[in-house]
Amino acid sequence: MVGANDHLSVLPVTETGGRRARRTFLRHSGAVVGGSILFIFLTISLLAPLLWTSDPLSVEPMDRLQGMSEKHWFGTDMHGRDLYSRVVYGGRVSLLVGFSVAFLASMIGGLIGLFAGFIRPLDGPLMRVMDGFMSIPPIMLAIALVALTRGSIQNVIIAISIAEIPRVSRLVRGVVLTLREQPYIEAAISMGAGPLRVVFRHILPNAIGPIVVQATFICASAMLAEAALSFIGAGTPPITPSWGNILAEGRMLWQIHPAMVFLPAAALSVTVLAVNMLGDGLSDIFDPRGLGKS
Amino acid sequence: MLTYLGRRLIASIFVILMVAIFVFSLLYLTPGDPAAIIAGDQATPEMVARIRQSLKLDEPYLVRFSDWLLQIVQGDLGNSIYTGQPILQQIGLRFGPTLSLMVVSMTLSTLVAIPLGIVAAWKQNSRVDRGLMVFSTLGFSIPVFVVGYLLAYFFGLKLKWLPVQGYAPLSSGLWNWMRHLILPSIALGSAFIGLLARMTRAAMLQVLSQDYVRTAKAKGLGQGEILFRHALKNAAVPITTVVGLGIAGLISGAVVTESVFALPGLGRMTADAILRRDYPVIQSLILLFSLNYLIVNLLVDITYTFFDPRVRY
Repeated sequence: MVGANDHLSVLPVTETGGRRARRTFLRHSGAVVGGSILFIFLTISLLAPLLWTSDPLSVEPMDRLQGMSEKHWFGTDMHGRDLYSRVVYGGRVSLLVGFSVAFLASMIGGLIGLFAGFIRPLDGPLMRVMDGFMSIPPIMLAIALVALTRGSIQNVIIAISIAEIPRVSRLVRGVVLTLREQPYIEAAISMGAGPLRVVFRHILPNAIGPIVVQATFICASAMLAEAALSFIGAGTPPITPSWGNILAEGRMLWQIHPAMVFLPAAALSVTVLAVNMLGDGLSDIFDPRGLGKS
Repeated sequence: MLTYLGRRLIASIFVILMVAIFVFSLLYLTPGDPAAIIAGDQATPEMVARIRQSLKLDEPYLVRFSDWLLQIVQGDLGNSIYTGQPILQQIGLRFGPTLSLMVVSMTLSTLVAIPLGIVAAWKQNSRVDRGLMVFSTLGFSIPVFVVGYLLAYFFGLKLKWLPVQGYAPLSSGLWNWMRHLILPSIALGSAFIGLLARMTRAAMLQVLSQDYVRTAKAKGLGQGEILFRHALKNAAVPITTVVGLGIAGLISGAVVTESVFALPGLGRMTADAILRRDYPVIQSLILLFSLNYLIVNLLVDITYTFFDPRVRY
């Protein structure tokens, strides 16, 4: 015989959503480690001028290709520029590209997905257009855009965002298609809620979890894409100290001066890894049923 | 089946047409004068005029587009702005290394990733399983070119086991060809192995929790029989889907990998075309890569009927 109180003790009534989220977050040490590393890198790149850096663009031909020393912690590149300063400032470009693309792609892709999922006549045409974009490899799409415009951080951000939009819109459309069949949506409509209210008030808040998770992964892949684009010469202008550009310049010299390749490579890999770890953790918190797993 | 294939084919043609419209319209949509940007900052007005003429930018959009489309359908991709040679001919010369790289990389990744995923699912939460999850996150966090340089540095430069860079055609001997492809294939496959192993694990876990697997266990079938005859066959559909989608990632990766290992393939051709701002070449390569992606995914859909007789089109 089971008493009423036994039921009560089983139900997690005392735990609020926030507390549960925090407990889950702490249990996923990967997310905590990833989040902390990302926070440290973000702080470093924001405080770059204060962290004993010199001008990352100042050229000292006498000091070129030096090893690690007290004056140049990471050595210098072939123009005698201080590698430590360049790597620290390079983080700004990578993080800026990562966060901007994540924001732009999830905003625009999210809107397209919302409308495709909710307004049926729009679904076919919108999704066919997205299929077309998806069949172009993301880097090729960015290459085409960058080849026709002058290379700038702004154009790189736009190019990578366009490449990422279809993935977000497919995901959000899928989530909306499952959500719209829920009884509470039907209830909202029967009480006279208009389509805009249903979409933004009832569907969007429930789709936000998978979108945030997806945005994290987009941030990671955008940072990789920026580096790859800069590496093959279609990214940020060569004068900008970005991790991809330092790598690209080190390409010719890597057999004799490997630091120019391995230092920015390590910084980039650790940052991307941190973002991915954070994303994995967030996906367990926001999305326990795996709606957003693509 | 045939009507389904016909419908898919029409849909694919529609998609490729859209890609064509997009890459073509970019010339008109991007701000500024594309001819001036392609010509570069030190170009003389004559050079800009010559490029504008070779791209026929002065003609009306629709006339130019229909001419261009008609040319492509007839197999003429136009000429490179830089060398003046037919693009199709250049693609033919560069096709071998890229195809070799893709085939070797795909084979290698599948052979490593699928068994890894199966073992991880079979021994869920074991050390192998956790190791795989860490390894796969590392795999898609470290850029392809970094993996490439690390491999070239240790196995090429330090240990001298394999060539650091370069390519040898298959006609120069099977081992000689393979020797040059091992490091690039591992580098290119690094992200894909992680993704595929994870997907295999997820698909297998899903199948292993089904009732018929419990029944198979209950009637005393061996582990091998259950894993390969009952589970893997049913997990094959999502696994092949990931393989198909992976092609797009491999193409992007090939552009970078070929630059790291100095392979004279289509990826290298893309990188060269960017440096020379040779838009007709870039345009043709995008069409070619998209076509390749669509064909592979069509083939993937057809294999579904092979793995799962319940799928009927």
